[in-house]
Amino acid sequence: MYKLTDVRKDYPKGRSVVHALAGVDAVIEDGEWLAIQGPTGHGKSTLLQVLGGLDRPTSGIVEFDGQNLGELRESEVTRVRATSIGFIFQTFNLIPTLSAQENVEVALVPLGAGPAERRARAAAALESVGLGERERHLPSELSGGQQQRVAIARALVKEPKVVLADEPTGNLDEGTRDDIMGLLEKLWRERGITLIVVTHDSAVARRAQRIAVMRKGRLTIKQDTRPAVT
Amino acid sequence: MFFTYLRRELRRRIRQASFIALGLAVGIGLVITVTAASSGVKSAEGGVLKNLYGVGTDATVTKSPTAGSFAAGRPSNFNFKSGETVKIDTLTATRSLGTLDDSAVTTISKLKGVAAASGALTADSVNTTFKIPSFSGSGSSGSSGGAPGGGTGGFSGPGSFNTGNTVSVDGVDLASSAQALGPLSNGTLTSGRTLKASDANSDVAVIDSSYAKSASLKAGSEVTLASTKFTVVGIVSVSASDSSADVYVPLARAQALSKSTGKVNTIYVAADSASDISAVQKEITKAVSGATVTTSSDLASEVTGSLSSASSLANNLGKWLAIAVLVAAFLLASLLTMSAVSRRVREFGTLKALGWRSRRVIGQVMGESVAIGVIGGIAGVALGFAGAAIVSAVAPALSASVGPTTGSATPGGARSFSGGFPSGGGSGSGGFSPPSGTGGFARTAADAGHSVVVHLTASVTVDAVVLAVVLALAGGLIAGTLGGWRAARLRPAAALARVE
Repeated sequence: MYKLTDVRKDYPKGRSVVHALAGVDAVIEDGEWLAIQGPTGHGKSTLLQVLGGLDRPTSGIVEFDGQNLGELRESEVTRVRATSIGFIFQTFNLIPTLSAQENVEVALVPLGAGPAERRARAAAALESVGLGERERHLPSELSGGQQQRVAIARALVKEPKVVLADEPTGNLDEGTRDDIMGLLEKLWRERGITLIVVTHDSAVARRAQRIAVMRKGRLTIKQDTRPAVT
Repeated sequence: MFFTYLRRELRRRIRQASFIALGLAVGIGLVITVTAASSGVKSAEGGVLKNLYGVGTDATVTKSPTAGSFAAGRPSNFNFKSGETVKIDTLTATRSLGTLDDSAVTTISKLKGVAAASGALTADSVNTTFKIPSFSGSGSSGSSGGAPGGGTGGFSGPGSFNTGNTVSVDGVDLASSAQALGPLSNGTLTSGRTLKASDANSDVAVIDSSYAKSASLKAGSEVTLASTKFTVVGIVSVSASDSSADVYVPLARAQALSKSTGKVNTIYVAADSASDISAVQKEITKAVSGATVTTSSDLASEVTGSLSSASSLANNLGKWLAIAVLVAAFLLASLLTMSAVSRRVREFGTLKALGWRSRRVIGQVMGESVAIGVIGGIAGVALGFAGAAIVSAVAPALSASVGPTTGSATPGGARSFSGGFPSGGGSGSGGFSPPSGTGGFARTAADAGHSVVVHLTASVTVDAVVLAVVLALAGGLIAGTLGGWRAARLRPAAALARVE
């Protein structure tokens, strides 16, 4: 799915430069569940943004499904995101004025799906995350865990190849965290998607097949692979 | 999804959206009201000029009176005796205008660019009686210039003076080519019939409705001008104006009775088209020696009074005020829209992360702004109609005057009434001579002017409504473009990194 070759990302900060990514090399297989751990500010979220085409590397190659994301035009990268990449954010990032169902439908708009198709697929996606009866609720009427379920439904409704989750349980309590991670794992198994989760929570990381550690802009993949916790 | 998202978003920030819409509404309402008021003022000015000028008239030709001259027809050097009762019943061409040969009408009608020309003679009918007071004693008679002579004698016995009737008269050219021009072209027939070509040498008259009411006249009544009885064949109503005559008679009859045969004192000219007026003005000036040619634009520049002030107010202050308010409304809408976009950075970043293209995000922002603009536009049109109605209801009556410039284009010029006496004293049989010159009770041109009272009606035109719609859409588009541009510049990663 992904092949990263000496990927670097620098940010100017006043007169100096911050090397958020200091030469990342990695290969992430199709259908793999990779957790990326590391201290705050060491480049985990930056790596996720580069993987998702939300940002371009300063140098290096990010190959996704055979395409070098750095060489694509902005519109082409946007198209890749629309069709192949799902996102789950720490703060859920639901549109506050839209209902749960409409928030899920938003992900289908760039695909040109008609209103009826969008409604049907969104309803099915909400059902799969256990929120079939909450489709008309606004985000403000849902709990944190329910909002993250809606976000998961939104990420999966377009049947992406990869889901990128940035601290998906960061704003949730322990019980809800386990529920959400259990749901993610279930869906990962059912659909065979590639799942990359950035987390500082070891309990979350341990559920993944492989764990990588991000430290000072460099990624180290632990050689030990663990089967996903059931 | 587009309209759902738009509707929900406007509802979420309804206060801000209402504020923006209200700002646009006030600006647009003001533009419409000022446009309606300007249109009303222009219409009133047009009506005034039409009233002062005559329908279909593009230029008038007049001549300044020669200094010291007197209109023909005035009795001169008459003898009077002490105690005698003197009756004067005259028709004289108005003194504020010089006369032109009526051949000038033909000359002008043949000039290039002239569609038609019509001559008119403005005259004053004076019907006066007075009694010379008796004088006894050995004193000499007064010299001309007025003071009674010296000596022991003096005036005795009563004298009396009766100003009688003074009536303004217009002699109207009844040739068919001329009937669309001239003093009667403004009028609306309310009773009887108007003058026709076959009346050219008849003693018939059309009278003004106000005069008819004051003098208790109707169709079939008689009026006497210079001891000649005219039958009233019709009554005409002319807009409220001092410049309309009391009595309209055939030109030939007015010329004959005022001893001005072959003379006119105003020629009305219609040009082939508006673009010919200036050229026609030049041609006439060359063709008719000593003539003053005035067009409606010249007259417009002479108009004074509260109508003129209202026109300045609407065109200057009103226009710029409306523009200033509208620009402020646009700026406010743009700033608030950009501010709203700033608060939705994470939201737009998420949409981009989900695969929404920049132009779709911009389209969403612009759609919200245009919707607010349309709401503001509708409210603005309503406010504009209300404003125009208020202006029509509360605007005071406005007056428009044209100063008493001799030789001015106003038909008939300034009216003067002379009931006075010419120079030259009485004979030695007594009495007194009034001062020479203008006469003791002549009203000079300086005292007379033309004024019209109009009621301002501010009416909203289709053009103004279309302008409002265009402004509303423009306001929405400008605000939306700026906001959308801001949203488009966001990189998704940077947008998602912002803390709200």
